[in-house]
Amino acid sequence: MEYCLGGGFARMMGYVTHTATQDLDFTVHSTASPHRFRAIPALLLTAVMLVAGCATQDAAATRDVFDPYEGENRNMHEFNRGLDRVLVRPVSKGYTSVVPDDIETGVVRLAENLSLPADIVNNLLQLNMRGAIQDTARLVVNTTVGLGGVFDPASEMGMAAPTNTDFGQTLHVWGVREGAYIELPVLGPSTTRRTFGHFFDLFTNPLTYVFDSPENLIGTAAGVASGLSRRERFSETINQILYESEDSYALSRSIYLQNRRFQLGGTAGEGYTDPYEGTTGGDGAAATALEDPYDE
Amino acid sequence: MTSNQTRRSVMASGLAALGLAALPGTARALTKARARTLIDQVVGDINKVIASGKPLSRMIADFERIFTRYGDVPIIARSTLGADANRISGAQMRAYTEAFRGYIARKYGKRFNEFAGGKIEVKDVREVKSWHEVRSTAYLPGQSPFEVSFLVSDRSGQDKFFDMVIEGISLRLSERTEIGVMLDRRNGDIGALINDLKRAG
Repeated sequence: MEYCLGGGFARMMGYVTHTATQDLDFTVHSTASPHRFRAIPALLLTAVMLVAGCATQDAAATRDVFDPYEGENRNMHEFNRGLDRVLVRPVSKGYTSVVPDDIETGVVRLAENLSLPADIVNNLLQLNMRGAIQDTARLVVNTTVGLGGVFDPASEMGMAAPTNTDFGQTLHVWGVREGAYIELPVLGPSTTRRTFGHFFDLFTNPLTYVFDSPENLIGTAAGVASGLSRRERFSETINQILYESEDSYALSRSIYLQNRRFQLGGTAGEGYTDPYEGTTGGDGAAATALEDPYDE
Repeated sequence: MTSNQTRRSVMASGLAALGLAALPGTARALTKARARTLIDQVVGDINKVIASGKPLSRMIADFERIFTRYGDVPIIARSTLGADANRISGAQMRAYTEAFRGYIARKYGKRFNEFAGGKIEVKDVREVKSWHEVRSTAYLPGQSPFEVSFLVSDRSGQDKFFDMVIEGISLRLSERTEIGVMLDRRNGDIGALINDLKRAG
């Protein structure tokens, strides 16, 4: 399982996002120089096999919280909380107050635009042709009319919203299970599958093959900056979760998993039970004998 | 257990039968139209609060009114206690429900100023298991639209919503996590939980 945990580390250095409820994990752009990894097919195969291995191991994890590494995760959560308190939160405050709003928005859009090529690749891998076409159209419009993505004419023209997908979702589409809950350093809440996704998104972003060393850092820099913008935009939500709740670890885990499952399936209902019913569990760790108050 | 069995067989015989069984002779089963009507009212009231630009304390009071009027506060409160709901007295449950109502109103009501300049639009309704899900979209300035859905049931005897789900995050389930931890940390002392809840949020 060590390997399962290792995936996200390569990129996490240049990437500051946090556990915003809105964007618990949006796709970002790779950091490490990918040119050494040309032998993708072989690597991909090996890794998919490894994912499959992890998945069987985590077969117990169905819809509820599966958190076998809770001890380590809690330590990591404390680290992330400290990092947020001393670094991310103050820096995001400073950044958003110093940088004019228009520029800030431009940077967020740029980061979004630069993440589209990887999204398109993932859509193709998921055989989501509609998503791939929509994202491609958005990329073309925003890169040309939107001056490289600093503006967002695609949304103004009412084009479909970006899919914001990632390799974690591709793995989901391929039938890989969610795995265990994992809290990653800096990146925050994740799952075994999503952590693998981070690792593979180093390869799914075509831009890293197009650009050379200094230029390919633009995406990373924009990603970090837009992470700061998000930290500030959702600051009340994030502060409420991290600093005002009784157990910020348990709450962020619950919120992350709910939101992630929603993004992937959008199936409200599965694993959610009628509170009036209260016969079987499924909608929470302690969902045992909640009786229907209207019975009798 | 027998009542569960009965419940299940009633469920099997369809939603209409369920509605009749739950409310003998009073109302027909919840329909999409009725679920939508309820949430149209909720969303209309919420939009009014957002647009009013009132001070925060007034917004919190308004939110509490909306929550009480259209939401099934007792069932939401009860379900956040999980199995512990069965071991406390009726008086404790009433006190808890009251404290919970205020706590939710403060906690979520104070977030209303983030909605300034925005609005919510009801999109569609669908039947999910034994309830209706009314989906709406929240449009906030400078932010991508996001989904807010309300889960509606008539099993209390009235059409009420029993959960609000923002981008897949359920208020009820999140509060269940939070309340569960609070109760554990107070060694299951419901009285202490009620007292702290009166100040929390």
